[in-house]
Amino acid sequence: MSRIARRFAELKRAGRSAFVPFVTAGDPDAATSAAILKQLPSSGADLIELGVPFSDPMADGPAIQASSLRALNAGMTVPGVFELVRAFRRSDKDTPIVLMGYFNPIHRYDTSCFVKEAAEAGVDGLIVVDLPPEEDEVLRGPACDRDLDIIRLATPTSHDERLAVILNGASGFLYYVSVSGVTGTKALAEEEVRGAVARVKAKTDLPVAVGFGIKTAEQAQAVAGFADAVVVGSAIVTCIAEGAEAQKSSGAIAQDAIAFCATLAQAIHAAGREGHDMVAP
Amino acid sequence: MSAPLPNSYRSGPDERGHFGEYGGRYVAETLMPLVLELDRAYREARNDSAFQSQLNGLLKHYVGRPSALYFAERLTEHLGGAKIYLKREDLNHTGAHKINNCLGQILLARRMGKTRIIAETGAGQHGVATATVAARFGLPCVVYMGAVDIDRQKPNVFRMHLLGAEVRSVTSGSRTLKDAMNEALRDWVANVHDTFYIIGSAAGPHPYPEMVRDFQCVIGNETRAQIREAESRLPDLVVACVGGGSNAIGMFHPFLDDREVEIHGVEAAGEGADTARHAATLSRGAPGVLHGARSYLLQNGDGQVLEAHSISAGLDYPGVGPEHSWLKDRGRVQYFSATDKDALEAFQLLSKLEGIIPALEPSHALAHVMRIAPEMAKNKIIVVTLSGRGDKDVFTVANALGASI
Repeated sequence: MSRIARRFAELKRAGRSAFVPFVTAGDPDAATSAAILKQLPSSGADLIELGVPFSDPMADGPAIQASSLRALNAGMTVPGVFELVRAFRRSDKDTPIVLMGYFNPIHRYDTSCFVKEAAEAGVDGLIVVDLPPEEDEVLRGPACDRDLDIIRLATPTSHDERLAVILNGASGFLYYVSVSGVTGTKALAEEEVRGAVARVKAKTDLPVAVGFGIKTAEQAQAVAGFADAVVVGSAIVTCIAEGAEAQKSSGAIAQDAIAFCATLAQAIHAAGREGHDMVAP
Repeated sequence: MSAPLPNSYRSGPDERGHFGEYGGRYVAETLMPLVLELDRAYREARNDSAFQSQLNGLLKHYVGRPSALYFAERLTEHLGGAKIYLKREDLNHTGAHKINNCLGQILLARRMGKTRIIAETGAGQHGVATATVAARFGLPCVVYMGAVDIDRQKPNVFRMHLLGAEVRSVTSGSRTLKDAMNEALRDWVANVHDTFYIIGSAAGPHPYPEMVRDFQCVIGNETRAQIREAESRLPDLVVACVGGGSNAIGMFHPFLDDREVEIHGVEAAGEGADTARHAATLSRGAPGVLHGARSYLLQNGDGQVLEAHSISAGLDYPGVGPEHSWLKDRGRVQYFSATDKDALEAFQLLSKLEGIIPALEPSHALAHVMRIAPEMAKNKIIVVTLSGRGDKDVFTVANALGASI
């Protein structure tokens, strides 16, 4: 059983939703990024989404664009991302790591090599934002060989016919993009997302994670009421940016980010799950 | 081992938008249903004679087509070799070839019931053409333009304002065309229900490269008829500048299966193709994925997209349309480059010899013609696309030549 499947099975038994923080690898620099990653599980992170920085992040809003740029300016590379994951795995064998990014750095690295080295470093899944099902065959083959999940995205524009295409070949979990827009810009409409998640869950047994537009502990808690996982990205990345801009020490930046993640995790873990019996710990 | 030659170079792309290993649809999932819907709508429109006749009527009465094929007699004499014809896209309404495509796309937008238009622009020619058709059809229009380009193409920014468009300055990344395209894609993702994105290059996700090419093929189709009338035969060589490559593919495509016609694309070498500051994507790039398609791309070893450089804002793009990548690999089209300096010389030469001030973009194609025409026999014929006029570039050129105006 993969780390991702194992983690979602545990969460299901515990009757709670997963907290999935997103951070960009190497933001604001490799050392700080490693410190943040290392402490994320203790803050309550159930899975980690690690952004692979790209010069032209078309699906991202200003906060994650800026984080990519900070990471690239500080020298982050694809091998650097793998090194961060390897370092993380030395202290944590259980928390799944999913790389999220754009196809060009993977393509340039050589897709098969990328998948092989990612799996060897301890990566569990890949989300490639600009690689829709029509084009992801090149990634699915190698990923299947290495037991790496290819996590597909569904969006408010995914009508039933499209959803069938997305679910055919999806693994790990399904990432529901809760707003039509780029990351971190629009606030999500809770009722619409609740309905959409129910529609998706009727068609798949995969866990459904919800992300894009969740910024506060209150929003996170509300989403945790009906989703299997809650992804928060821009708000965490903004916290890191503020620390970097204030020229705080590496340790202080990590501490702030971890404290913020802890409040998100508490809110998510305290949410009552629809359709789940709460199990006393 | 090599694949068998195709019967035709004009049959692509396949139904998923692939030209060989190039093209495709590399977009965020939010956009996929729209891109698929656009594909269906475009195929219906293409087969609808009412759509075609409305487009043809506008091309004739609004754009002023057909554009002239002009024998550049003094340029030919000066270079002392092949006869040089200029396909005068500079004479179109709005001063460049961009309007051909914009009209086609806005008619499609109306057919699809879209009520808001967005576009990206580099030199501002595509922005002006989009703002023009949006004004003509009464649709609100937002044009994304890099802050660097806004600064070097002020006349076009003012034109877009006059036409009622909102120009949004893009300050991310290199602040040029690629960043304007990123920002337009972000707008599209956020406004999927009412917005039509008019892409100006033969780039982007399928069906854009095919659709833009089809709308621009009026250039090559007219040229074939016009050169036959003037010379009773096809040209020996066809030349066009390549940034994203829309004027070039529009000129080249109708000639691809005429094996006797040699075809040259000319990219911008900026300060030199051997320096770090150029936009010679096909000559110096490597295959990659950007803005919805797999194609040649200027990128570093880690897959980060590099900033392009050219004196011409319209060629200042690190990518290129996927069909050009395929044509390069197949060897059907040869791609060359010309530097900023070469283009400036050609710009001045054409102005002085023919009384035609060309845009800096086709000045690159002219620079290539200046190099090779003298080596060709006098009975050979070259056709070069004069894709736009140079009025927008007079400040840039004055600055480069050290003149103050």
